[in-house]
Amino acid sequence: MRLEPIANPSRLRLIGLPALALALTVLIASLLALLAGANPFATLGLILKGAAGSKFALLETLNRATPLIFTGLAIAVAFRAKLWNIGAEAQLYAGAVVTVLLGTGALPLPAPLLLPVIALAAMLAGALLLLGPVLLKTRLGVDEVVTTLLFNFIMLYFVSMLLEGPMKDPMGMGWPKSAALVKEARLPRIVEGLRLHWGFGLALLSALAVWVMQTRTTLGYEIRAVGQNPEAARFAGIPVGRVLIKTALLSGGLAALAGFSEVAGLRGNLTLDLSPGFGYTGIIVAMLALLNPLGVVVAGIFVAGVFVGADSMSRAAGVPTYIADILLATSLLTMVLAIRLTRSKVHWR
Amino acid sequence: LDLFDILLTASFWVAVVRIASPLIFATMGELICERAGVLNLGIEGIMVIGAFTGWMTVYQGHDLWTGVLVAMLAGMGFGLVHAVLTVPFGLSQHVVGLGITLLATAASSFAYRIALPEVTSPPKIIPFQVWEIPALSKLPLIGPALFAQTPLTYLAFGTVIAVSIILFRTPLGLALRAAGENPSAVEAQGLSVTALRIGAVMIGSGLMAIGGAFLTMSAFSSFFFEMVNGRGWICIALVVFGGWKPGKAVLGTLLFAAFDALQIRLQQTPLGAAVPYQLFLMVPYVLSILALVLMSRRAEVPAALMVPYNKGER
Repeated sequence: MRLEPIANPSRLRLIGLPALALALTVLIASLLALLAGANPFATLGLILKGAAGSKFALLETLNRATPLIFTGLAIAVAFRAKLWNIGAEAQLYAGAVVTVLLGTGALPLPAPLLLPVIALAAMLAGALLLLGPVLLKTRLGVDEVVTTLLFNFIMLYFVSMLLEGPMKDPMGMGWPKSAALVKEARLPRIVEGLRLHWGFGLALLSALAVWVMQTRTTLGYEIRAVGQNPEAARFAGIPVGRVLIKTALLSGGLAALAGFSEVAGLRGNLTLDLSPGFGYTGIIVAMLALLNPLGVVVAGIFVAGVFVGADSMSRAAGVPTYIADILLATSLLTMVLAIRLTRSKVHWR
Repeated sequence: LDLFDILLTASFWVAVVRIASPLIFATMGELICERAGVLNLGIEGIMVIGAFTGWMTVYQGHDLWTGVLVAMLAGMGFGLVHAVLTVPFGLSQHVVGLGITLLATAASSFAYRIALPEVTSPPKIIPFQVWEIPALSKLPLIGPALFAQTPLTYLAFGTVIAVSIILFRTPLGLALRAAGENPSAVEAQGLSVTALRIGAVMIGSGLMAIGGAFLTMSAFSSFFFEMVNGRGWICIALVVFGGWKPGKAVLGTLLFAAFDALQIRLQQTPLGAAVPYQLFLMVPYVLSILALVLMSRRAEVPAALMVPYNKGER
């Protein structure tokens, strides 16, 4: 079997193959529902209804999409430069820790000043956390996949240590959780009375900013060049190491904003279950968006919808919520295959 | 001194070999994949699926060795998916590997919940028991560590010997290594790079799954969702640490396991009581990063690792 690139893929290929990937994913979900003893159509219907069937459901989906857009952007930025940042989970927690550190009364500033200061400090923490693995990569050639993955585990134990030690809420009845943020450090709701907070607005803004950076600036061009072919980029006079470091700072900062927005917007404090794997799910979001920052918004909302929908379906139909994770992992694999096949023809011998 | 007391007890060395055993299986599995040119980031999820399917098979009333076999086959199944996507289709080994890990982990959790919807505390099976080798297991200090272990540990060391012989003493091993170094040379010999790589990833994934099964069938007797807990990623670091050589990689796993066993014991000492326990739990991950840094300059990476091979393309 041999692959041959297609210069101008037909419209049928461009639309048909991804649609086929989606259909395959839905088929697998239906089989899983059957396996769990539920009616597949009812199950899919309940997922849809739970994700977008009411104003409450839709807002819940957008809320869940917020951290996913941030981690999705973090990964889209990094993967574009072929910098394999799998440590968004750790960077998210770094952002969350800084948010609690500065947001529980340490800085006596009014809200309009305090929030930007905290957000920037959180970004800095996430950026610095990714700087280590990237310097190891550029200086010593240590593979960043494994180091960033390992940092996720180290960070979780670190946060656990903080929450049972210096950051533990003395009023927390012994639970390992941080003190609550002061009112000035909370991100306000977008519409009073509805649960959606300004973290979502910040996520949209970040997506737009990343898109502008990627399409309208020299750095965006350099990142793409480094990702496509580092040797050629170096030959063209692009400082590859420095571009990778800038990419890392941006990527780590974006992932940290997920932690900032979850703590300051949604939870109001830090616990060890702040992220149910947003850092890893961000990889699916970024890949489904084909690493396009505006696509990340759409993919983030889609992925969040699958999770929120599956939660509500699970309560009603009894199919385990893990069906969402299977669905998303399957859609990731089928979609990357479909995209590959839109651009290349298979010769079977 | 505390430290010497610990190092001079036989039970410490028994623990070292026991902790190393699942890592040896998975490290050998990853090593085979990488030698053939494929980075298998599915390792973490494949260990989970091995832990789950092996345990489930025994829980359903089958015997332990059937469980090991089922775990291996499940791992090979996920390995096949990984291999088909990354080898003939040449998709990103990073993305596919992480996708396989997410898929295999989610599939285990889903199947566990379907099979046991009501349970609150994880049910137990009767795991592999210790096989004492007569006389040898009575040797001082290291006797019990090497000769009073469960059969899967002996199998782990047998696997290392088999992998070393096959990789370095047989034509198959030569072809496999060449697929990871210089694939066009393999093709020039009339062999199929695609077939070699798919085979290597499947066998490697089978071994990773047995490593996972060790956790539920030899180390603990229940299945927990978080039980693999990064061991797969650690094994990837151990392959690098071992310079892609089976013998050195095993020394790496034993060294790693010794540190791990040591930190568990240090937690019980006065020093351990004074330090937050999380610092001890970080040790394995920090060590893995250190191992990568130490070996970075000396590593001889297979030249075609992560480079997809497309026939007829120069």
